[in-house]
Amino acid sequence: MTRIGIEPALRHVVERRALLRGGLSLGALTMLTGCDISDTNAVQSALHAVSAWNDCVQAWLFSERRLAKEYAPSDVAKEFRYNAYYPVKDVTVLDAATYRLGLAGRIADKQPWTVDKLLALPRQIQRTRHVCVEGWSYVGQWSGVPLGDFLARIGADTRAKYVGFECADGYYEGIDMATALHPQTILAVTAGDAVLPARFGFPLKIRIPTKLGFKNPKWVTAIYVTDTRPRGFWSDRGYNWFSGV
Amino acid sequence: MTATAQTAPLQTDFEEQRHSLIARVAHWCQAMAVIIMIGSGWRIYDNVPIFPFEFPYWITLGGDKYLATTTSNDWGTGNAIAWHFAGMWLLLFGVGLFVSNGLLTGHFRRDFLPLTPRSFLRDFIAAATFRLGHKLGEYNAVQRTFYWGVMFALLMMFLSGLAIWKPVQLGWLTWVFGGFPVARVVHFLFMSAIVLFILIHVTLVALVPKTFVAMTLGRATAVPHK
Repeated sequence: MTRIGIEPALRHVVERRALLRGGLSLGALTMLTGCDISDTNAVQSALHAVSAWNDCVQAWLFSERRLAKEYAPSDVAKEFRYNAYYPVKDVTVLDAATYRLGLAGRIADKQPWTVDKLLALPRQIQRTRHVCVEGWSYVGQWSGVPLGDFLARIGADTRAKYVGFECADGYYEGIDMATALHPQTILAVTAGDAVLPARFGFPLKIRIPTKLGFKNPKWVTAIYVTDTRPRGFWSDRGYNWFSGV
Repeated sequence: MTATAQTAPLQTDFEEQRHSLIARVAHWCQAMAVIIMIGSGWRIYDNVPIFPFEFPYWITLGGDKYLATTTSNDWGTGNAIAWHFAGMWLLLFGVGLFVSNGLLTGHFRRDFLPLTPRSFLRDFIAAATFRLGHKLGEYNAVQRTFYWGVMFALLMMFLSGLAIWKPVQLGWLTWVFGGFPVARVVHFLFMSAIVLFILIHVTLVALVPKTFVAMTLGRATAVPHK
Protein backbone atom coordinates (compact mmCIF):
# COMPACT_ATOMS: atom_id res chain seq x y z
CA MET A 1 0.00 0.00 0.00
CA THR A 2 1.15 3.55 -0.37
CA ARG A 3 3.81 4.96 1.86
CA ILE A 4 2.68 8.36 2.85
CA GLY A 5 5.25 10.78 4.15
CA ILE A 6 7.75 10.44 1.31
CA GLU A 7 7.21 13.16 -1.26
CA PRO A 8 6.62 11.76 -4.77
CA ALA A 9 9.83 13.17 -6.21
CA LEU A 10 11.94 11.87 -3.35
CA ARG A 11 10.08 8.59 -3.41
CA HIS A 12 10.97 8.18 -7.05
CA VAL A 13 14.64 8.50 -6.21
CA VAL A 14 14.35 6.12 -3.28
CA GLU A 15 12.58 3.56 -5.44
CA ARG A 16 15.09 3.91 -8.25
CA ARG A 17 17.96 3.34 -5.86
CA ALA A 18 16.19 0.30 -4.45
CA LEU A 19 15.58 -0.90 -7.99
CA LEU A 20 19.27 -0.69 -8.82
CA ARG A 21 20.14 -2.59 -5.70
CA GLY A 22 17.31 -5.11 -6.02
CA GLY A 23 17.77 -5.52 -9.75
CA LEU A 24 20.91 -7.52 -9.12
CA SER A 25 19.06 -10.18 -7.18
CA LEU A 26 15.33 -10.13 -7.79
CA GLY A 27 14.45 -12.77 -5.26
CA ALA A 28 16.07 -16.08 -4.46
CA LEU A 29 13.42 -17.84 -6.51
CA THR A 30 14.08 -15.59 -9.46
CA MET A 31 17.71 -16.54 -9.41
CA LEU A 32 16.95 -20.23 -9.27
CA THR A 33 14.18 -20.44 -11.83
CA GLY A 34 14.66 -17.40 -14.01
CA CYS A 35 11.12 -16.26 -13.32
CA ASP A 36 9.31 -15.09 -10.23
CA ILE A 37 6.85 -17.86 -9.37
CA SER A 38 4.75 -15.43 -7.41
CA ASP A 39 3.65 -13.61 -10.56
CA THR A 40 2.71 -16.58 -12.72
CA ASN A 41 -0.95 -17.06 -13.54
CA ALA A 42 -1.23 -20.52 -12.01
CA VAL A 43 0.12 -19.34 -8.66
CA GLN A 44 -2.01 -16.20 -8.74
CA SER A 45 -5.19 -18.23 -9.44
CA ALA A 46 -4.35 -20.62 -6.59
CA LEU A 47 -3.76 -17.70 -4.22
CA HIS A 48 -7.04 -16.10 -5.33
CA ALA A 49 -8.91 -19.35 -4.69
CA VAL A 50 -7.50 -19.59 -1.17
CA SER A 51 -8.33 -15.91 -0.59
CA ALA A 52 -11.96 -16.59 -1.63
CA TRP A 53 -12.04 -19.51 0.80
CA ASN A 54 -10.64 -17.19 3.49
CA ASP A 55 -13.57 -14.82 2.77
CA CYS A 56 -15.96 -17.64 3.69
CA VAL A 57 -14.03 -18.54 6.84
CA GLN A 58 -13.99 -14.91 7.98
CA ALA A 59 -17.72 -14.46 7.31
CA TRP A 60 -18.30 -17.56 9.43
CA LEU A 61 -16.07 -16.20 12.24
CA PHE A 62 -17.87 -12.84 12.19
CA SER A 63 -20.54 -12.21 14.79
CA GLU A 64 -22.99 -9.29 14.57
CA ARG A 65 -23.11 -9.19 18.36
CA ARG A 66 -19.36 -9.18 19.05
CA LEU A 67 -18.25 -5.61 19.64
CA ALA A 68 -14.89 -3.99 19.00
CA LYS A 69 -13.25 -2.80 22.21
CA GLU A 70 -14.21 0.77 23.14
CA TYR A 71 -11.40 2.93 24.54
CA ALA A 72 -11.29 5.80 27.03
CA PRO A 73 -11.00 9.41 25.75
CA SER A 74 -7.39 9.48 27.05
CA ASP A 75 -6.47 6.54 24.78
CA VAL A 76 -7.37 8.44 21.61
CA ALA A 77 -4.34 9.31 19.47
CA LYS A 78 -3.51 13.03 19.43
CA GLU A 79 -2.85 12.99 15.71
CA PHE A 80 -4.67 10.58 13.39
CA ARG A 81 -2.60 9.07 10.64
CA TYR A 82 -3.41 10.28 7.14
CA ASN A 83 -3.69 7.42 4.67
CA ALA A 84 -4.88 7.15 1.09
CA TYR A 85 -3.43 5.92 -2.17
CA TYR A 86 -1.97 9.39 -2.85
CA PRO A 87 -0.14 12.00 -0.74
CA VAL A 88 -1.97 14.41 1.55
CA LYS A 89 -1.38 17.39 -0.75
CA ASP A 90 -3.64 15.76 -3.37
CA VAL A 91 -6.55 15.35 -0.95
CA THR A 92 -10.03 15.80 -2.37
CA VAL A 93 -11.67 18.86 -0.86
CA LEU A 94 -15.41 18.60 -1.24
CA ASP A 95 -17.71 21.63 -1.14
CA ALA A 96 -20.40 21.24 1.51
CA ALA A 97 -22.80 23.36 -0.55
CA THR A 98 -22.70 21.18 -3.65
CA TYR A 99 -22.00 17.79 -2.03
CA ARG A 100 -24.69 15.15 -2.43
CA LEU A 101 -24.71 11.58 -1.14
CA GLY A 102 -26.29 9.48 -3.89
CA LEU A 103 -28.23 6.30 -3.17
CA ALA A 104 -28.75 3.40 -5.55
CA GLY A 105 -29.73 -0.25 -5.77
CA ARG A 106 -32.30 -1.89 -3.53
CA ILE A 107 -33.26 1.26 -1.66
CA ALA A 108 -36.85 2.65 -1.51
CA ASP A 109 -36.03 6.34 -0.96
CA LYS A 110 -33.16 7.22 -3.28
CA GLN A 111 -33.32 10.97 -2.68
CA PRO A 112 -29.75 12.36 -2.38
CA TRP A 113 -28.55 13.58 1.01
CA THR A 114 -26.94 16.94 1.76
CA VAL A 115 -24.22 17.56 4.38
CA ASP A 116 -26.73 19.38 6.63
CA LYS A 117 -29.12 16.45 6.54
CA LEU A 118 -26.31 14.00 7.34
CA LEU A 119 -25.11 16.19 10.25
CA ALA A 120 -28.67 16.40 11.60
CA LEU A 121 -28.90 12.60 12.09
CA PRO A 122 -28.64 11.23 15.65
CA ARG A 123 -24.97 10.39 16.27
CA GLN A 124 -23.24 7.67 18.20
CA ILE A 125 -19.67 8.22 19.44
CA GLN A 126 -17.10 5.48 19.21
CA ARG A 127 -13.47 5.25 20.29
CA THR A 128 -12.05 2.18 18.59
CA ARG A 129 -8.81 0.89 17.15
CA HIS A 130 -8.22 1.46 13.46
CA VAL A 131 -6.12 -1.51 12.28
CA CYS A 132 -4.29 -1.18 8.98
CA VAL A 133 -3.50 -4.20 6.81
CA GLU A 134 0.12 -3.00 6.90
CA GLY A 135 0.25 -3.63 10.64
CA TRP A 136 0.10 -0.12 12.12
CA SER A 137 -2.88 0.91 14.22
CA TYR A 138 -4.18 3.76 16.35
CA VAL A 139 -7.18 4.52 18.52
CA GLY A 140 -9.47 7.13 17.02
CA GLN A 141 -12.75 8.76 17.89
CA TRP A 142 -15.57 9.12 15.40
CA SER A 143 -19.29 9.79 15.56
CA GLY A 144 -22.20 9.25 13.24
CA VAL A 145 -25.44 7.43 12.69
CA PRO A 146 -25.22 3.60 12.64
CA LEU A 147 -25.34 2.41 9.02
CA GLY A 148 -28.08 -0.08 10.01
CA ASP A 149 -30.32 2.78 11.24
CA PHE A 150 -29.58 4.76 8.09
CA LEU A 151 -30.44 1.80 5.85
CA ALA A 152 -33.75 1.41 7.72
CA ARG A 153 -34.46 5.14 7.33
CA ILE A 154 -33.98 5.06 3.54
CA GLY A 155 -35.95 1.86 3.14
CA ALA A 156 -33.04 -0.33 2.04
CA ASP A 157 -33.70 -4.01 1.51
CA THR A 158 -31.45 -5.51 4.19
CA ARG A 159 -32.09 -9.00 2.83
CA ALA A 160 -29.66 -8.03 0.07
CA LYS A 161 -26.16 -9.41 0.49
CA TYR A 162 -23.95 -6.35 0.19
CA VAL A 163 -23.59 -2.61 0.65
CA GLY A 164 -21.21 -0.77 -1.67
CA PHE A 165 -19.57 2.67 -1.48
CA GLU A 166 -18.22 4.99 -4.16
CA CYS A 167 -15.92 7.88 -3.28
CA ALA A 168 -15.08 11.29 -4.70
CA ASP A 169 -11.38 10.39 -5.09
CA GLY A 170 -12.04 7.34 -7.28
CA TYR A 171 -11.83 4.96 -4.35
CA TYR A 172 -14.52 2.31 -3.90
CA GLU A 173 -15.32 -0.37 -1.37
CA GLY A 174 -18.04 -2.79 -0.35
CA ILE A 175 -19.00 -4.87 2.66
CA ASP A 176 -21.24 -7.81 3.53
CA MET A 177 -24.70 -6.99 4.92
CA ALA A 178 -23.90 -8.61 8.30
CA THR A 179 -21.09 -6.09 8.79
CA ALA A 180 -23.26 -3.24 7.47
CA LEU A 181 -25.82 -4.01 10.19
CA HIS A 182 -23.20 -4.35 12.95
CA PRO A 183 -24.01 -1.83 15.71
CA GLN A 184 -20.54 -0.20 15.49
CA THR A 185 -20.63 0.39 11.72
CA ILE A 186 -21.37 4.11 11.44
CA LEU A 187 -21.60 6.89 8.87
CA ALA A 188 -18.88 8.98 10.51
CA VAL A 189 -19.25 12.74 10.14
CA THR A 190 -16.84 13.74 12.92
CA ALA A 191 -13.27 12.75 13.81
CA GLY A 192 -11.92 13.61 17.23
CA ASP A 193 -14.10 16.43 18.50
CA ALA A 194 -14.60 18.20 15.15
CA VAL A 195 -16.39 17.76 11.86
CA LEU A 196 -14.37 15.42 9.61
CA PRO A 197 -11.47 17.45 8.19
CA ALA A 198 -10.84 17.19 4.43
CA ARG A 199 -7.85 14.88 4.88
CA PHE A 200 -9.94 12.36 6.84
CA GLY A 201 -12.84 12.19 4.38
CA PHE A 202 -15.10 15.26 4.68
CA PRO A 203 -18.01 15.03 4.73
CA LEU A 204 -18.51 11.30 5.07
CA LYS A 205 -16.38 8.34 6.11
CA ILE A 206 -17.73 4.85 6.75
CA ARG A 207 -16.21 3.76 10.05
CA ILE A 208 -16.20 -0.03 10.44
CA PRO A 209 -14.15 -1.18 13.46
CA THR A 210 -14.70 -4.85 12.48
CA LYS A 211 -12.85 -4.33 9.20
CA LEU A 212 -9.27 -3.47 8.27
CA GLY A 213 -8.62 0.22 7.66
CA PHE A 214 -8.79 0.06 3.86
CA LYS A 215 -12.42 -1.08 4.08
CA ASN A 216 -13.32 2.21 5.81
CA PRO A 217 -13.88 4.45 2.76
CA LYS A 218 -13.59 8.25 2.99
CA TRP A 219 -15.09 11.07 0.85
CA VAL A 220 -18.07 8.76 0.24
CA THR A 221 -20.42 10.11 -2.43
CA ALA A 222 -22.69 7.12 -3.07
CA ILE A 223 -24.07 4.15 -1.18
CA TYR A 224 -25.72 1.22 -2.94
CA VAL A 225 -27.40 -1.99 -1.83
CA THR A 226 -26.95 -5.06 -4.00
CA ASP A 227 -26.75 -8.85 -4.27
CA THR A 228 -23.71 -8.62 -6.51
CA ARG A 229 -20.48 -8.41 -4.53
CA PRO A 230 -19.19 -4.85 -4.81
CA ARG A 231 -15.69 -4.32 -6.08
CA GLY A 232 -13.03 -3.05 -3.69
CA PHE A 233 -10.11 -0.77 -4.52
CA TRP A 234 -7.44 -2.87 -2.79
CA SER A 235 -9.08 -6.26 -3.33
CA ASP A 236 -8.92 -5.43 -7.06
CA ARG A 237 -5.18 -5.10 -6.42
CA GLY A 238 -4.64 -8.47 -4.77
CA TYR A 239 -5.83 -7.90 -1.20
CA ASN A 240 -8.37 -10.12 0.53
CA TRP A 241 -11.96 -8.97 -0.01
CA PHE A 242 -13.60 -9.68 3.36
CA SER A 243 -10.68 -8.37 5.44
CA GLY A 244 -12.47 -8.55 8.79
CA VAL A 245 -10.63 -8.14 12.07
CA MET B 1 23.37 -73.66 5.40
CA THR B 2 24.76 -73.43 8.87
CA ALA B 3 28.20 -72.86 7.43
CA THR B 4 27.20 -69.70 5.52
CA ALA B 5 25.48 -68.33 8.57
CA GLN B 6 28.63 -68.81 10.53
CA THR B 7 30.99 -67.24 7.96
CA ALA B 8 28.77 -64.14 7.47
CA PRO B 9 27.29 -63.25 10.83
CA LEU B 10 24.32 -60.89 10.68
CA GLN B 11 25.20 -57.47 11.88
CA THR B 12 22.52 -56.67 14.40
CA ASP B 13 23.87 -53.53 16.01
CA PHE B 14 23.64 -51.09 13.06
CA GLU B 15 21.83 -47.83 13.63
CA GLU B 16 18.59 -47.27 11.81
CA GLN B 17 16.31 -44.30 11.39
CA ARG B 18 12.79 -44.77 10.04
CA HIS B 19 10.10 -42.19 9.31
CA SER B 20 6.61 -43.29 8.30
CA LEU B 21 5.09 -41.83 5.14
CA ILE B 22 2.65 -39.79 7.24
CA ALA B 23 5.49 -38.35 9.33
CA ARG B 24 7.43 -37.42 6.20
CA VAL B 25 4.45 -35.77 4.50
CA ALA B 26 3.76 -33.86 7.74
CA HIS B 27 7.41 -32.78 8.03
CA TRP B 28 7.73 -31.46 4.48
CA CYS B 29 4.32 -29.76 4.52
CA GLN B 30 5.34 -27.95 7.68
CA ALA B 31 8.77 -27.10 6.27
CA MET B 32 7.27 -25.65 3.08
CA ALA B 33 4.54 -23.79 4.96
CA VAL B 34 7.00 -22.28 7.45
CA ILE B 35 9.25 -21.07 4.62
CA ILE B 36 6.24 -19.54 2.82
CA MET B 37 4.96 -17.88 5.98
CA ILE B 38 8.34 -16.51 7.04
CA GLY B 39 9.20 -15.25 3.55
CA SER B 40 5.85 -13.52 3.11
CA GLY B 41 5.85 -12.38 6.73
CA TRP B 42 9.15 -10.59 6.14
CA ARG B 43 7.63 -8.78 3.14
CA ILE B 44 4.64 -7.72 5.26
CA TYR B 45 7.00 -6.62 8.04
CA ASP B 46 9.07 -4.53 5.61
CA ASN B 47 6.01 -2.45 4.70
CA VAL B 48 5.90 -1.00 8.23
CA PRO B 49 8.92 -2.31 10.19
CA ILE B 50 8.55 -2.71 13.96
CA PHE B 51 12.29 -2.40 14.62
CA PRO B 52 14.85 -0.16 12.91
CA PHE B 53 15.77 -2.69 10.22
CA GLU B 54 14.26 -4.30 7.12
CA PHE B 55 14.68 -7.72 5.57
CA PRO B 56 16.49 -7.62 2.23
CA TYR B 57 13.97 -7.66 -0.60
CA TRP B 58 15.51 -10.67 -2.36
CA ILE B 59 14.85 -12.93 0.61
CA THR B 60 11.16 -11.99 0.95
CA LEU B 61 8.18 -13.61 -0.80
CA GLY B 62 5.33 -11.76 -2.51
CA GLY B 63 6.04 -11.24 -6.18
CA ASP B 64 7.77 -8.41 -7.98
CA LYS B 65 7.20 -5.36 -5.80
CA TYR B 66 8.36 -2.91 -8.46
CA LEU B 67 5.78 -4.34 -10.83
CA ALA B 68 3.14 -4.12 -8.10
CA THR B 69 4.16 -0.52 -7.34
CA THR B 70 3.83 0.39 -11.00
CA THR B 71 0.50 -1.33 -11.65
CA SER B 72 -1.22 -1.01 -8.27
CA ASN B 73 0.66 1.57 -6.20
CA ASP B 74 1.25 -1.32 -3.82
CA TRP B 75 4.60 -2.45 -2.40
CA GLY B 76 3.90 -6.12 -2.99
CA THR B 77 2.23 -6.46 0.39
CA GLY B 78 -1.08 -7.68 -1.07
CA ASN B 79 0.59 -10.63 -2.73
CA ALA B 80 2.62 -11.40 0.39
CA ILE B 81 -0.56 -11.45 2.49
CA ALA B 82 -2.17 -13.85 -0.01
CA TRP B 83 0.86 -16.13 0.37
CA HIS B 84 0.79 -15.80 4.16
CA PHE B 85 -2.85 -16.83 4.50
CA ALA B 86 -2.44 -19.67 1.99
CA GLY B 87 0.63 -20.93 3.85
CA MET B 88 -1.49 -20.86 7.02
CA TRP B 89 -3.70 -23.69 5.71
CA LEU B 90 -0.74 -25.78 4.61
CA LEU B 91 0.82 -25.32 8.04
CA LEU B 92 -2.45 -26.19 9.78
CA PHE B 93 -2.63 -29.37 7.68
CA GLY B 94 1.01 -30.29 8.37
CA VAL B 95 0.83 -29.60 12.10
CA GLY B 96 -2.51 -31.45 12.37
CA LEU B 97 -1.02 -34.49 10.66
CA PHE B 98 2.19 -34.31 12.72
CA VAL B 99 0.46 -33.95 16.09
CA SER B 100 -2.27 -36.56 15.51
CA ASN B 101 0.29 -39.00 14.11
CA GLY B 102 2.73 -38.26 16.94
CA LEU B 103 0.10 -38.86 19.60
CA LEU B 104 -1.65 -41.85 18.02
CA THR B 105 1.44 -43.84 17.07
CA GLY B 106 3.32 -43.04 20.27
CA HIS B 107 6.06 -41.26 18.25
CA PHE B 108 6.10 -38.30 20.64
CA ARG B 109 6.23 -40.51 23.73
CA ARG B 110 8.77 -42.90 22.26
CA ASP B 111 11.18 -40.46 20.61
CA PHE B 112 10.77 -37.11 22.41
CA LEU B 113 10.40 -38.45 25.97
CA PRO B 114 11.65 -38.86 28.63
CA LEU B 115 13.21 -35.47 28.99
CA THR B 116 14.51 -34.15 32.31
CA PRO B 117 16.51 -31.07 33.24
CA ARG B 118 19.30 -33.43 34.32
CA SER B 119 19.46 -35.26 30.96
CA PHE B 120 19.30 -31.92 29.14
CA LEU B 121 22.17 -30.52 31.19
CA ARG B 122 24.25 -33.68 30.70
CA ASP B 123 23.79 -33.71 26.90
CA PHE B 124 24.12 -29.94 26.64
CA ILE B 125 27.51 -29.96 28.38
CA ALA B 126 28.59 -32.90 26.20
CA ALA B 127 27.49 -31.05 23.06
CA ALA B 128 29.19 -27.81 24.13
CA THR B 129 32.46 -29.68 24.61
CA PHE B 130 32.03 -31.64 21.35
CA ARG B 131 31.76 -34.95 23.18
CA LEU B 132 28.12 -35.70 22.36
CA GLY B 133 27.90 -38.69 20.04
CA HIS B 134 25.12 -38.98 17.51
CA LYS B 135 23.18 -42.19 17.13
CA LEU B 136 21.03 -42.35 14.02
CA GLY B 137 17.39 -42.88 14.94
CA GLU B 138 17.73 -41.62 18.49
CA TYR B 139 17.33 -38.07 19.71
CA ASN B 140 19.47 -36.85 22.58
CA ALA B 141 18.06 -34.61 25.30
CA VAL B 142 19.21 -31.40 23.56
CA GLN B 143 17.46 -32.43 20.35
CA ARG B 144 14.33 -33.39 22.27
CA THR B 145 14.33 -29.99 23.96
CA PHE B 146 14.66 -28.31 20.57
CA TYR B 147 11.75 -30.25 19.09
CA TRP B 148 9.49 -29.42 22.02
CA GLY B 149 10.72 -25.85 21.81
CA VAL B 150 9.89 -25.44 18.13
CA MET B 151 6.48 -27.03 18.69
CA PHE B 152 5.84 -24.48 21.43
CA ALA B 153 7.06 -21.67 19.15
CA LEU B 154 4.70 -22.85 16.39
CA LEU B 155 1.82 -22.89 18.86
CA MET B 156 2.65 -19.35 20.01
CA MET B 157 3.00 -18.24 16.37
CA PHE B 158 -0.44 -19.66 15.64
CA LEU B 159 -2.06 -18.01 18.67
CA SER B 160 -0.37 -14.61 18.27
CA GLY B 161 -1.17 -14.77 14.54
CA LEU B 162 -4.84 -15.31 15.31
CA ALA B 163 -4.68 -12.40 17.75
CA ILE B 164 -3.36 -10.10 15.00
CA TRP B 165 -5.71 -11.46 12.33
CA LYS B 166 -8.89 -11.16 14.42
CA PRO B 167 -8.40 -8.56 17.17
CA VAL B 168 -12.19 -8.04 17.37
CA GLN B 169 -13.67 -11.52 16.73
CA LEU B 170 -10.98 -13.10 18.95
CA GLY B 171 -10.57 -10.00 21.14
CA TRP B 172 -9.98 -12.10 24.27
CA LEU B 173 -6.94 -13.70 22.64
CA THR B 174 -5.56 -10.30 21.61
CA TRP B 175 -6.09 -9.19 25.22
CA VAL B 176 -4.13 -12.22 26.49
CA PHE B 177 -1.20 -11.12 24.29
CA GLY B 178 -1.36 -7.59 25.69
CA GLY B 179 -3.26 -5.92 22.86
CA PHE B 180 -2.78 -5.63 19.10
CA PRO B 181 0.59 -3.79 18.96
CA VAL B 182 2.17 -6.14 21.53
CA ALA B 183 0.79 -9.25 19.78
CA ARG B 184 2.62 -8.11 16.62
CA VAL B 185 5.92 -8.03 18.54
CA VAL B 186 5.21 -11.46 20.08
CA HIS B 187 4.52 -12.81 16.58
CA PHE B 188 7.88 -11.39 15.47
CA LEU B 189 9.82 -12.82 18.42
CA PHE B 190 8.55 -16.39 17.97
CA MET B 191 9.28 -16.09 14.23
CA SER B 192 12.88 -15.30 15.24
CA ALA B 193 12.92 -18.38 17.49
CA ILE B 194 11.73 -20.56 14.59
CA VAL B 195 14.36 -19.08 12.28
CA LEU B 196 17.02 -19.90 14.89
CA PHE B 197 15.68 -23.45 15.10
CA ILE B 198 15.78 -23.83 11.30
CA LEU B 199 19.40 -22.60 11.15
CA ILE B 200 20.55 -25.11 13.80
CA HIS B 201 18.36 -27.90 12.41
CA VAL B 202 19.64 -27.49 8.85
CA THR B 203 23.26 -27.22 10.05
CA LEU B 204 22.95 -30.50 11.98
CA VAL B 205 21.29 -32.20 9.00
CA ALA B 206 24.21 -31.06 6.85
CA LEU B 207 26.60 -32.64 9.39
CA VAL B 208 24.65 -35.93 9.40
CA PRO B 209 23.17 -36.12 5.87
CA LYS B 210 21.66 -39.56 6.49
CA THR B 211 18.94 -37.90 8.57
CA PHE B 212 17.89 -36.12 5.38
CA VAL B 213 17.80 -39.46 3.53
CA ALA B 214 15.59 -40.90 6.27
CA MET B 215 13.21 -37.91 6.27
CA THR B 216 12.87 -38.08 2.48
CA LEU B 217 13.03 -41.80 1.57
CA GLY B 218 11.80 -43.17 4.91
CA ARG B 219 14.84 -45.13 6.05
CA ALA B 220 18.56 -44.78 6.57
CA THR B 221 21.13 -46.96 8.30
CA ALA B 222 24.60 -46.40 9.63
CA VAL B 223 27.33 -48.48 11.17
CA PRO B 224 27.83 -47.23 14.70
CA HIS B 225 30.97 -45.25 15.21
CA LYS B 226 32.49 -46.10 18.54
